[in-house]
Amino acid sequence: MSITASLAYLVASVLFILSLRGLSHPTTALKGLNYGIAGMALAILTTFFAPQIESYTLILLGIPVGGFIGWFIATRIAMTDLPQLMAAFHSLVGLAAVFVAAAAFYNPEAYGIGTFGNIKGASLFEMALGLAIGAITFTGSIIAWGKLHGKISGKPVIFNGQHKLNAILGGIMFLSIILLCWTGSSFYFWLICLIALALGVLMIIPIGGADMPVIISMLNSYSGWAAAGIGFTLHNNLLIVTGALVGSSGAILSYIMCKGMNRSFLNVILGGFGVDDTASGTQDMGDRSAKIGASDDAAYLMKNASKVIIVPGYGMAVAQAQHAVREMADILKKEGVDVKYAIHPVAGRMPGHMNVLLAEANVPYDEVFEMDDINRDFAQADIAYVIGANDITNPAAKNDSSSPIYGMPVLDVEKAKTVLFVKRSMGSGYAGIDNPLFYSSNTMMLLGDAKKMTEEIIKAME
Amino acid sequence: MTTETKTLIESYTEMADRLRGLAAEADQIASDVSATTLDSMHTEPFIITALTVFVLACFVGYHVVWRVTPALHSPLMGITNAISSVIIVGAILAAGPIDGGFSKFLGFLAITLASVNIFGGFIITKRMLNMFQKKT
Repeated sequence: MSITASLAYLVASVLFILSLRGLSHPTTALKGLNYGIAGMALAILTTFFAPQIESYTLILLGIPVGGFIGWFIATRIAMTDLPQLMAAFHSLVGLAAVFVAAAAFYNPEAYGIGTFGNIKGASLFEMALGLAIGAITFTGSIIAWGKLHGKISGKPVIFNGQHKLNAILGGIMFLSIILLCWTGSSFYFWLICLIALALGVLMIIPIGGADMPVIISMLNSYSGWAAAGIGFTLHNNLLIVTGALVGSSGAILSYIMCKGMNRSFLNVILGGFGVDDTASGTQDMGDRSAKIGASDDAAYLMKNASKVIIVPGYGMAVAQAQHAVREMADILKKEGVDVKYAIHPVAGRMPGHMNVLLAEANVPYDEVFEMDDINRDFAQADIAYVIGANDITNPAAKNDSSSPIYGMPVLDVEKAKTVLFVKRSMGSGYAGIDNPLFYSSNTMMLLGDAKKMTEEIIKAME
Repeated sequence: MTTETKTLIESYTEMADRLRGLAAEADQIASDVSATTLDSMHTEPFIITALTVFVLACFVGYHVVWRVTPALHSPLMGITNAISSVIIVGAILAAGPIDGGFSKFLGFLAITLASVNIFGGFIITKRMLNMFQKKT
């Protein structure tokens, strides 16, 4: 690699770092995005001038074709479908990593790492890492996409000996990597690829739909590690730096999501959460009854309130109720009511999911607060309007040590004078846990579709 | 006398020849040694440099990402998704040679996939961030 190219790659790495830095505030975020685009353009252009590049036909065909598909999808997709789009995109990075690893294996001259069948063990090892992580990311993301998109049941798929099978496959893969470095045979290369593809599927199927925020961040992280692995193989620092940035970013997001559920990463990965319906059904709910209200009651209560906090959850995304919610908030604000939004870290199906949906509905970002910043305000609030959320408001997480979600940080909605719960039914949340809040004396249940109910409230207010 | 001098001269030339041979051998060894050290300077430290770069970049990533406001975690995922497709650099190198055969085709596929991600990732992030710009 020439010195000019190396320096250009260095500039591109710095641009990527600046790009992530820009996201520290909404006002600088667009500038950050432009840094990212500039970095990518620089990286691609620099590679064009590499001496190995002799023919441009396929390159100049692939970029516009892929670019058009990307543009087509990204401009048309609804914001509520964002989580599955991210999963789909991660799968593409994984597959691209597999292809590049295979290309390097069959034509190592292009990267100056040897000749076919005569690659150094160290290079083969790096290649195998990129290949394995890429393949796991690919199939894992496809399963995650299927679960998020409803193509595959969101329920965890559990069978006997699941973890044993994964461990055995992992062991065989480890052996194959050693044998690949030893022999350089293509048989082991493809064996690693196959096992990694299978592992990707097996790792994600036992994980329930509501754990997807962790999984999607984890796959984000994996796509970064795959890029870094390829960077090691190709002796390219830009790929290593970028891979490390993306990898650590995804890892931090997974950590934040796990903390938001008070579960260890391992616990999420082992899966199976949310199948055990009976375990938590120990509480006796025989004589408890819930107060069921109508939209008129809710409208009256809210109009006479001075402070309302809206708590959105995945149900709001499913019902596409964000625009109706904002409309309701506008009416309330006109009446002089103070309206704020409270976001739990794991509300929705991906990190920051609720924030994007509210932003889409033109909710100003300074009315939207993270859990830690707003939890104290519930005590002064007249109304907590919980729409499509359940477990993240469950007080059992604070006071019932037998509850499976005990210890999970939750929003203190029960401290508000009145809690309005918009839900389709009295059913429990994904964790299969009964929410004692439904039966609390200051709670009013508003049973119905989140969007329809909110629209009815708006009508009643006018 | 003369025969003695003759044999002396002969043995001297023989020794000189042998010395010349030794010198050539030493030269060969020296160049071999320097070649191997040069070679090792090229290959061994790369993994070390690469690891250094990798670990430091992880730290940079750690510190930069913790500063990202939680409200922008979805756009963060969009951007990281797009930039992880920098793997396209490897794909372009694979598709570059005139007679790359199978690898050239794989490179083409990887270029296409990575391009979907680059364009798709940046555009969707732009859409998200634009929504955050609209203030009342």
